[in-house]
Amino acid sequence: MTDTFEEKRKDSVGREGTTIGLFFIRLLLNMGGGCGGDSSEEVAVDLGYEPHVLAVDDNLIDRKLVEKLLKNSSCKVTTAENALRALDYLGLGNDTPEGTASKVNLIITDYCMPGMTGYELLKKIKESSVLKEVPVVIMSSENIPTRINECLEEGAKMFMLKPLKQSDVKQLKWNFMKCRD
Amino acid sequence: MDLVQLQRQLVDYRTSLYHEGFLDEQFTQLQELQDENNPDFVVEVVSLFFEDSERLLNELSNALEQQIIDFKRMDARVHQLKGSSSSIGAQRVRQLCIVFRNYCEAQNVEGCLKCLPQVKHEYSIVKTKLESMFQLEQQILNAGGSVPV
Repeated sequence: MTDTFEEKRKDSVGREGTTIGLFFIRLLLNMGGGCGGDSSEEVAVDLGYEPHVLAVDDNLIDRKLVEKLLKNSSCKVTTAENALRALDYLGLGNDTPEGTASKVNLIITDYCMPGMTGYELLKKIKESSVLKEVPVVIMSSENIPTRINECLEEGAKMFMLKPLKQSDVKQLKWNFMKCRD
Repeated sequence: MDLVQLQRQLVDYRTSLYHEGFLDEQFTQLQELQDENNPDFVVEVVSLFFEDSERLLNELSNALEQQIIDFKRMDARVHQLKGSSSSIGAQRVRQLCIVFRNYCEAQNVEGCLKCLPQVKHEYSIVKTKLESMFQLEQQILNAGGSVPV
């Protein structure tokens, strides 16, 4: 197995996700126990694919932090300062001009926001035929079990406590943004 | 002062900030986010924190001067301040915000009036300390050295 892998590696053309590249990535993932298994960071090979994340938070400092955390994990990041702006960006807003809806791979939103909360934003996303498959993660500075349950029941993939750490974002990426099967 | 002394002074100063409870683990997390692509990341985020906090503290002062106090609005401001201070690791400010929020929720005017100056005081101390720390870092960089982690 190792010899074949080495041979294939010498033949690989580049990092753009060519057929050979994708082939031996699958080999690596299978060796490591599959997606989301206990593969180490060294096994995670850059496919030249940068997941696009929409981060929603009314706190400027938190926006800057989450953006940096995501960029450190090789994600493309768009931030929004409230739920309405987020909806607009996603193409669900009342004022969204035709054909400007943006595609994202993950939405991470704060729970407590003025106007529309992160929970209400989650509901709107889940109601949309276009966007309901996009994973949504809720963050909050408060650890309130009823709040957490409410979000998970409404379809949030995960609930995370703020402030977020780099390890949290790595976990997010591994769970929701690497596996493209 | 030579470079090694400056570096030692910085490490000691930083350690004291943690020991005295001004900063917590989250500040370390912030430092770990800094890299060659964003060499000023910590200073930038902390500067944002200073601007944001000053605005919030002013708004809180105004709110407490009104005839009819809007506790809900005040609570929202304190929540913001608690969030920001938590995100940069300003532990004492964060802890005081928790107390302040309890007074807001209880609609306790006296409690709020007592708490706000305390928050302002702690904020101004941590601001001074962080600014001193950044100055030390700059001196080290100017002397051609690197800032110890």
